[in-house]
Amino acid sequence: MAGPRTSRIFRTFPAVRGPRVQLFVTCLVDLLYPEIGERTVALLERLGCEVAFPAAQTCCGQPALSSGYPDEARTVADRFLDAFAETEGPIVAPFGSCVHMVRHHYPRLYEGERAMVAARLAARTHELSSFIVDELGRPAVGGRYPAPGVTAVAYHHECHMRYGLGVTEAPMSLLRGVTGCTIVEPARPELCCGFGGSFSLKLPEVSVAMADEKLDSALEAGARAIVSTDVGCLMHLEGRARRRGLPLRVHHLVDLLEPDGRL
Amino acid sequence: MSGLVIEPPREGPDPAVTPNLHRAAGHWGTHRADARRSVDWEAWRERAREIRADAVRHLPELIELLEDRVVAAGGHVHHALDADQACAHVVRICQAADATRAVKGKSMTSEEIGLGAALAQAGIEAVETDLGEYIVQAMGDRPSHLLAPAVHLSAAQVADLFARESGRHFDPDDTAALVDYARRILRERFLAAEVGITGVNLAVAETGTLAIVESEGNIRLATALPRIHIALMGIEKVIRNWDGAAHLIQMLPLAAHGTPAAASTSFITGPARDGDDGPQEVHLVLLDGGRSALRGTPFEETLHCIRCGACLYACPVYRQVGGHGYGTTYSGPIGAVLSPLLARGGEADELPWHSSLCGACVEACPVKIPLDDQLVTLRARAHERNPARAEAALFAAWARLWSRPATYRATAATAGRALRPLWSALARDGWQRRAPFPFSGWTEGRDARAPDPEPFHVRWRRRRGGA
Repeated sequence: MAGPRTSRIFRTFPAVRGPRVQLFVTCLVDLLYPEIGERTVALLERLGCEVAFPAAQTCCGQPALSSGYPDEARTVADRFLDAFAETEGPIVAPFGSCVHMVRHHYPRLYEGERAMVAARLAARTHELSSFIVDELGRPAVGGRYPAPGVTAVAYHHECHMRYGLGVTEAPMSLLRGVTGCTIVEPARPELCCGFGGSFSLKLPEVSVAMADEKLDSALEAGARAIVSTDVGCLMHLEGRARRRGLPLRVHHLVDLLEPDGRL
Repeated sequence: MSGLVIEPPREGPDPAVTPNLHRAAGHWGTHRADARRSVDWEAWRERAREIRADAVRHLPELIELLEDRVVAAGGHVHHALDADQACAHVVRICQAADATRAVKGKSMTSEEIGLGAALAQAGIEAVETDLGEYIVQAMGDRPSHLLAPAVHLSAAQVADLFARESGRHFDPDDTAALVDYARRILRERFLAAEVGITGVNLAVAETGTLAIVESEGNIRLATALPRIHIALMGIEKVIRNWDGAAHLIQMLPLAAHGTPAAASTSFITGPARDGDDGPQEVHLVLLDGGRSALRGTPFEETLHCIRCGACLYACPVYRQVGGHGYGTTYSGPIGAVLSPLLARGGEADELPWHSSLCGACVEACPVKIPLDDQLVTLRARAHERNPARAEAALFAAWARLWSRPATYRATAATAGRALRPLWSALARDGWQRRAPFPFSGWTEGRDARAPDPEPFHVRWRRRRGGA
């Protein structure tokens, strides 16, 4: 009798151990920033979650949708649906824009039964910081900025997080729990950094001018690092900062949430 | 220099206008943020959306009601299917009255139909009387914002213009002197004009009343002094009743400039009554111009727009390229949606790409138009109309490869390992200064992140032995 009772308690109070989480790693993290994926897994496990990685996942399809190819987007999104529909529990991604794709665009991309599947998946899908703060109920998880002394950091609110998902507080809450850094607020924090997926290739000059405004305002505010939860923005901002030789480091939020500040 | 589509859009930022734009956007942005806190902004938006949705859903019956009431009040109504018909109506009304001198209030609809050129061709002199419009007209320029036509110009440029016109010196910091100069000139034009031509912000169907908001007083003069008033309006500007009008009349200045009321709002119901001052004739020209064809389509909500300009100031792309950068009368996010829809021939189909899809416009919109979704849908529609074959083939191949885990992983291995010598020759600590097609545009201004030789899915499999 003792065995089943114990497991029922764990089912009733999943917070005791943390839920089983399906990692949606996203293609950019998978291919270009695998260490962000690894840190995401380490963090979720540190918070008591059991992390599963559905191996059939590829990309959410957003590059095709925002380029005007909804059929191709659906072909790739089908893979996401198949990979995750058989799983249970929350789906978590370290990339706000891909979560916005699943939550906002998937239900509109399909009709009938498939739309129901998409809507169920959308409801299960969370961006990492909002999952930790709002679902796990952990407003701070510690962490240390990976450099000696105190570094001034500016948080870049990614637009699909801010305007699409309405998430602004969760990443700030986690960032405030990090030691070794102070948070500065640059002018016009609500402006897009200019990445915009296909936009960055279609109108590169405008895209880069937008990055410059973002980088310059961060520097003017005294920041020595920019932190975000969008890998596209990070790639764009760091790529531009490197080209200009600016004294600015660029991090995914999860980089700062490592307990011992090692990178 | 007018019409719905004027020239191809600008591909890069316009350094000549960005300082002026950034100053204006910052100024009005602060005002708007303050103003929104003064009301229950979300409830106000929803109410505004409902009023506009009701109007567009019942457009034919409301237009019929409006026409009845305008005529009952002694006005005349003219229907125009397209720009040419609308211009022809205005010219004919002027010619029937032997009028050759007109004063104009600011109207983007008149820009849309190219009214200035049509009047000039007919020998009718039409002077813009909104200060910003007067300036751009005198410069041979065109408006770059729905409400602030000269926002791309600096005070110094205006001082230069007035100095050239008058032979006097103007101090750019002395705005009072600049305004005074324009006022003196315009006052003479108002007194001499036989016709006043204005736009309409909204028309109240139940009483046949035209509402026009302004901040300078030129609309009051243009609709009171000349003996004929011609009001030009897109059919979608009609609303059902005064209840809705009362809300939108407050919402418009709040969304536009963060002010609780416009400096002046004129309500015009027919011509002057016996013994009153005011025009003897009031003509309402109702322009369809492709609008009614949008009803019942995924773009119907575009017709809810009240032309407040909030999405322009919110837009980070507008902020870099300015209103002229779009090459169309309607610029910014709403212009990038409306222009390809109204142009219909595909002339503005490139505009939906002039957005980073950040969604700031949607948040700013007082009637909650889903502009970002519409931009995405319009991109697909542009491909249907005019396929980009090479790009389409690329995405088709991509979708085939990335819709199967095995081929997805194969492309990852190819990019990360097989092509490694190519990347690493160019890369330093994971970044490179040049990237191959189709990413070459990226590295014109940015270093590119190189694919990792060991993607996450490989690391996971190695450490966890599969999942």
